[in-house]
Amino acid sequence: MENISLDPRFQRAKLPELDEEVILNASDSFVTFEVFHQKKKGTHHSHVGIVHAPNAEMAMVFAKEQFARRGATSNLWIVESSNVLAMDYTDSDIFDTTPDKQHREAGIYKTRDKIEKYQAELPNTKQD
Amino acid sequence: MYGGGFIGEAEKQTQQDDPKLLAEFEAKIAKGEKIEPKDWMPFDYRKQLIRMIEQHAHSEIIGALPEGTWVTRAPGFKRKLAIMAKVQDEIGHAQLLYSAAETLGKPREQMLNDLISGKSKYSNVFNYPADTWADVTVIGFLIDAAAIVNQVANSKGSYGPYCRALERICYEEAFHLKQGHDAFVALATGTPIQRDMVQQALNRWWEPIMHFFGPSDKMSVHSEKLMRWKVKMASNDDMRQQFLSTYIPKIWELGLTLPDAALVKDETSGKWTFTEPDWDEFFKVINGDGPCNAERLAVRKWAEQTGRWVRQALTQPGKQYVTPFA
Repeated sequence: MENISLDPRFQRAKLPELDEEVILNASDSFVTFEVFHQKKKGTHHSHVGIVHAPNAEMAMVFAKEQFARRGATSNLWIVESSNVLAMDYTDSDIFDTTPDKQHREAGIYKTRDKIEKYQAELPNTKQD
Repeated sequence: MYGGGFIGEAEKQTQQDDPKLLAEFEAKIAKGEKIEPKDWMPFDYRKQLIRMIEQHAHSEIIGALPEGTWVTRAPGFKRKLAIMAKVQDEIGHAQLLYSAAETLGKPREQMLNDLISGKSKYSNVFNYPADTWADVTVIGFLIDAAAIVNQVANSKGSYGPYCRALERICYEEAFHLKQGHDAFVALATGTPIQRDMVQQALNRWWEPIMHFFGPSDKMSVHSEKLMRWKVKMASNDDMRQQFLSTYIPKIWELGLTLPDAALVKDETSGKWTFTEPDWDEFFKVINGDGPCNAERLAVRKWAEQTGRWVRQALTQPGKQYVTPFA
C-alpha cells in the first residue's frame, strides 16, 4: 500500500524536494547561555540549564519557552557561558579540610559549663 | 530503546584507557557519585553516552512530527491544547538532551548533520504513521509509557547532565502519559465506532511497541561494562517486562484486545510470555526502509534549509562557542 503522508507540510504546503545537501556549519546553532530560574520572589535564582542563542535577548525568549512553560516562575537571569569562570573539579581537594575548621562554627563555643562552675563557687550572697 | 538497537562498525572502535584513572573512575561510580563534564572518563563511556543521549534527542525531535500533524485536527479545544503542549515539550526535551550531549564534546551542528544524513538513529517507532486520532491516543498513552520506563531507569545513571535533563523530562512525560490515557479511555468508553478505531490503532501499534525496548538481551550486543558504568541501567527484557506488567491490565480492563494470542502472564514467575515480534522488520526499518523514514528526515532537512537565512541574519561574527559546564 502506498503510504500517503498526513503531514500538512506535504499535503498542503507541498514541501519542495531539496536537491542540495543540507549541512550545518559550526556555530550555526549559536553560542550558549546559562539560565538561572527564580521560582518565588525573595528566594535565590537557581541554575537550570542552557539555551543556544545569538544574543542575551533571544536567549531570554528561549529560556521563557524552555524553563518557564509550566509551574511557578518569578524571574529569569541569562549569563553567556563564556562569561562564567568555573573551577576545575580536580582542584576541589583544596576544600577537603574545610569541614574540619570547627573554629568557624558556632557549635564549638561552649560556655555553660564555665558559667555554672563560676556560679557554684561564688560565696553565698543571697539575702534571706 | 534509545540508542539500544544499533551499533555501526565505526562505533565499535575503541581506545585503551589509563588503568589508574579507570580504577578511580569506577570507584567513584561504585560509590554512587555522578560524573561531570570536566571529569576524566573512559573513551568508551564518552562514546556510548554521546551515542545514547544524541539518539534520545533525535527521538524527541522526530517523535514530535507524527503528533504535530494532528494539532490542526485534534477533536476539540481541550485535546488541541494538550497535544500542542505535548509537542512543544518534546522539542524542549530534544533541546535539553542535545545540551547534555554537547557537554561531552560533540557540537550540536554535528549531531543534526548526522541525523539528516541518516548516520545516527532515533527511536524506531517514529518511522510509522499516525493514521487516525486513535493512533495519536495510543502513542500518547503507550509509547510515552514505554519511554517513561526507559527514562526513569536512565535518570539513575552516572552522568550528571543526562540525569538532570531526565529528571525534568520525566516530570513532563507524566503529563504526556496522563493526557494520552485520558484520550485513549475517551475512545475506548465511547461509541462502537470510537472503540473500533482505538482497537484498530492498538493492533497497528502493538508490534512497534514490542520493538520499542530493542532486541532481547539474548540477541543484542549486551555489555556488562556499560551496566557497571551505569550507562545502561536496565536490560531490554527487564524494561519490556516492567512495561507489560503495568500497562496490559490497563488495556484489558477496557475490554480491548492485543493482537498476540500467546500473550500471557506466568503467575509463578511473574513474567510475560509473548510471540517474538518480527526483528527483521525492526532492523529493516531502523536502517532506513520504513513507512515514514524518508518523510521524517525530509521535514527536518527542510526546516534546517529554510531556517538558515534566519540563523545567518542573527549570527554575530566573533562570538566564541564554549562547551556548556553542566
